[in-house]
Amino acid sequence: MSVPHEALDFERPGFFRQLHLRDWAYGALMLAVAVISLGLYGEHMDRYDIGGLILAVGTSAWLGWFWRPWQVFSIVVGALALFGIWLYGDSLAANETNFWLNYIGSGQAGVMWMSVFLYLSTVAYLAGLFSQSDFPSRVGAAFAWIGAGAGSMALLVRWREIYLHDPSWGYIPVANLYEVFILFAAMTALMYLYYEQRTGSRTMGAFVMLIIAASVTFLLWYMFSREAHLVEPLVPALNSWWMKIHVPTNFVGYGGFAIAAMLGVAFLIRHRLERTRPDAAITRRLPTKDALDSVMYKAIAIGFAFFTIATVLGAMWAAEAWGGYWSWDPKETWALIVWLNYAAWLHMRFTKGWRGPTMAWWAIVGLFLTTFAFLGVNMFLSGLHSYGEL
Amino acid sequence: MADNEQVADAATGDGRTRASRKPRRSRILVDFMGSMNLAITLLVALAIASVIGTVLVQNQPYTEYLMDFGPFWHEIFAGMGLYQVYSATWFLLVVAFLVVSTSFCVYRQTPGLLKDLRRYNLQVREKSLRAFKASATGELDQPRDDFVQHAHRVLKAQGFRAREKTNDGETVIAAMRGRWNRLGYLLTHVGIVVICVGALADGTTLLKVNEWLGKLEIETRSVPVSEVPPSAWVSVNNPSFRGSVEIPEGASADVVFLPMRDGYLVQQLPFRIELEEFRIERFSTGAEQSYESDLVIHDPEREEPLRHTISVNYPLIYNGYAIFQASFADGGTQLDIAAIPLGAEALRALDVPGRVFQEVEVPTPDGDTRTIEFINFQSENVVPLLNEEGERENRHLGPSFDFRLMDRTGHGLYYRNYMRPALQEGAMYFLSGVRQSPAEEFSYLFLPADADDSLDRFRTFLAMLHNAEVRQAIARQVAGNEGASDEQGSAAIAQTTAELMRFFAEGGYATVHREIESRVPEEQRERATELMMNILHAGLQGLYMEVLQEEGVVSIQAEEQRWLEDAVSAINAISLYDSPFYFHLEDFEHREASGLQIARAPGQGTVYFGSVMLIAGIFLLFYVSYQRLWIIARRRVDGDGTHVVMAGTSNRHQVEFEKRFAHLKRWIIDQKPVGSPTDHDGPHSNKNA
Ligand code: HEM
Repeated sequence: MSVPHEALDFERPGFFRQLHLRDWAYGALMLAVAVISLGLYGEHMDRYDIGGLILAVGTSAWLGWFWRPWQVFSIVVGALALFGIWLYGDSLAANETNFWLNYIGSGQAGVMWMSVFLYLSTVAYLAGLFSQSDFPSRVGAAFAWIGAGAGSMALLVRWREIYLHDPSWGYIPVANLYEVFILFAAMTALMYLYYEQRTGSRTMGAFVMLIIAASVTFLLWYMFSREAHLVEPLVPALNSWWMKIHVPTNFVGYGGFAIAAMLGVAFLIRHRLERTRPDAAITRRLPTKDALDSVMYKAIAIGFAFFTIATVLGAMWAAEAWGGYWSWDPKETWALIVWLNYAAWLHMRFTKGWRGPTMAWWAIVGLFLTTFAFLGVNMFLSGLHSYGEL
Repeated sequence: MADNEQVADAATGDGRTRASRKPRRSRILVDFMGSMNLAITLLVALAIASVIGTVLVQNQPYTEYLMDFGPFWHEIFAGMGLYQVYSATWFLLVVAFLVVSTSFCVYRQTPGLLKDLRRYNLQVREKSLRAFKASATGELDQPRDDFVQHAHRVLKAQGFRAREKTNDGETVIAAMRGRWNRLGYLLTHVGIVVICVGALADGTTLLKVNEWLGKLEIETRSVPVSEVPPSAWVSVNNPSFRGSVEIPEGASADVVFLPMRDGYLVQQLPFRIELEEFRIERFSTGAEQSYESDLVIHDPEREEPLRHTISVNYPLIYNGYAIFQASFADGGTQLDIAAIPLGAEALRALDVPGRVFQEVEVPTPDGDTRTIEFINFQSENVVPLLNEEGERENRHLGPSFDFRLMDRTGHGLYYRNYMRPALQEGAMYFLSGVRQSPAEEFSYLFLPADADDSLDRFRTFLAMLHNAEVRQAIARQVAGNEGASDEQGSAAIAQTTAELMRFFAEGGYATVHREIESRVPEEQRERATELMMNILHAGLQGLYMEVLQEEGVVSIQAEEQRWLEDAVSAINAISLYDSPFYFHLEDFEHREASGLQIARAPGQGTVYFGSVMLIAGIFLLFYVSYQRLWIIARRRVDGDGTHVVMAGTSNRHQVEFEKRFAHLKRWIIDQKPVGSPTDHDGPHSNKNA
């Protein structure tokens, strides 16, 4: 008997026992946020608002415990958003006079910073892919964090701005294409950062940030050419608390699918390089096919799980707003098409053990379907989901 | 299943593989129906059908399809049910196949699955364990009993459930964890079957069957409910339907219209719904914020009628009937209209009382009649505009009404007239839109308002222009002013002026030009036209002075001058307006109708339940990994110690599992600490996510 078993470390402490002091402090902070919010505004909240608050704070605490960087991220974003909201006070006009609001604290400023940093991040990651050092990719990651933070802050401040426009307009800013593109860029960047951290493989960023940069480009075009950032009141059917959970859930799905597709691209490139230039430096810079395949699967899995939830939530909402949980409205139908596509993808992997280039191509095709469901339906098909037309 | 079969078969060699079974016929059927290839084929078929259904706009009137595709393709498309893909028989068959296939799959998998859950499989041999990808051996000094005890401790702490079999020679430990994963498979697939069954119960299948049996016949005409034949009525007992009905304020309904292909069925309700009042709340921009209906449910089963207000997103669920606020429309607004003749009689307007959805005959000044059909009334029109600073602004145009004016043959244009004048580039106009068909955009007639925001001045001007005597008088006056040298010349000018004014009154500039062309030779036309235009405008100006004088206006400002130009443009446009009247809305009594959607969906709970199963199943499948582990411990041949073989497998996440297996080996065989996990592989990350 070499070592008494007490000295071995196989006894895994429970989840809560693994939490450090800082984790508990973060949890306490989240609790405090909930208590203070309830204390200040509780009398104006109905049970759905209270439920939503608890859900949001709870999710944030859990995320922080599950993934530590979220703690810092959420605190900084929250503080910045509060700063912006505080600068506004009770008047939207503060935007015109206040330097800080104009350049940092307002929703518009946040979106511009998000765009700048996500573009810079893309450039840095691309440089990292072609250089011998890890440094550019680290810079890319830092920029991606800042970009995602600026986007998240922008949405939070915009939330307040909408109420400042007119209290009766108030809605959560995930209701039109402009707002959901911010959500998409920030959400996808965060999801990517999570995978990067968990796998330690930084060169994936060069691919994933490309799609994020593309979405930022669309956002800017949409903003400058269509004045999309102007606040308009909601159509009655969208004025529902279902929207608060339905839309963000959907975007975890879109984010996952987008990441998977871009990793599919990386996979195909590496696959090709391994045959044509097996010894080139660039080939070795790319993550291994196994690593790419594994993250691709994980991204699709999380995307699929959330997309399923989002579709079910959408059905429940439709049952309330339109009188039926399923109307074969083009948006619904395309959600189903996307869902079926990834269900088929997962079956091939689970039951036939498919891996490799076919699955990578398939993930890329999946993104085209997803993009159509997300954008194309609004552009080309009419239906009950008439918001956010181009 | 490849990975799973490895789990069980590799360890035991027991015959779970299909190939090792002698195929029986029923087995082949089960295999085919539950096969992955069939499932994927069906999934793809479903996806393609869904694409068709979104690309080809569904449930349009058949006449529209006929126009779009022509008779040949229309016939084919209609036959294939492409206009209602989602209720087409073949589509339902695909879904049914999918349900059956999934059921077969579940049926076939369940025994193996239960075995996976319960059977630990202690019949393993060392040789097969060594063949595993994750396997390890060790020669320990420890006695076997101590080792076994230790192994159990580690396994327990690591979340494994273990069974042990000891006979004198060796001890076999079989352990597993993450059994819920296997349940996930069941939950997802049973969930899907449950969803489909629930949805099928809520669909139109029953109605379709009744139609086949000849018990129901779709009504395609739009006639009052009382004239719909009994064959198109659906009894109160129909368990599931979804339809809509429009109820005007103060009216009630006890039926719902169910859209079916190119027609509808009438669903009888067991109660009567009365609409007391309908309201629209608007944002400051004029956009709709919400709309709501005060309903009263008169049910013979109730002592008191039930009063309830529904609004968008807040339906009333009454006895399993869900009543939703879906839309709104006009409910027959009472309109008081003045028909202002666009001619000599302009000052003598006719009163035309009407109601939206009604037709009224109007006698025209020339002894004919026209029929006006009131199509719609809008109490508020808000147009978003960009103002001069480039900011968005909303223009409130006030009430408007839509109508169609038909001649005796039933032909005529569509119009939209606004009640109040609207500001347009600094001046006020009464707007009247006109178009050939409802599919087109309106072209607008701008009638200039006077200083009192009324049409009085325009009417006077128009009436005088159409009056031959007035024209003569004005013409003479103008000719005098022109200072013609002789009496004759003056008379000639007066004559020409009066004529030009008549032409203009009758047909605008077009008629004037036509007349000039017919009288003046080509070479002189250009000069003559210029001259004639001057004369005409002098005449019109003279006429206008007369009008102003009557009004008592003495000085003419730019504003007045502009009015004349606008009036002249308007009169010029009247010839294209194709209506002997301008219909002016004097007053109205608004009556709205609420569009209700009424549904009975007994399968809804089932669908939600299936959805919960599906979601729970997906998370179990993805985030719980099913792992098995075997340990064989035997007394060493060469001494007191223990010979150990250990192997394990997982149905997913091979890479993560191998890492975990390495840890287990270190604890169980090497009996050394793994060392504190790196932060990267830290406490929070030991999931499969
Ligand atoms: C659209 C509806 C679906 C259909 C028609 C369907 C059908 C099937 C079929 C026919 C099989 C093969 C069973 C066999 O070989 O015995 C299968 C296996 C499987 N399906 Fe599905 N499925 C559907 C949805 C899903 C969903 C949503 C998931 C979860 C993400 C899922 C996960 C699986 C898994 C994990 C297996 C393999 C089971 C194993 O490895 O033992 N399926 N499915």
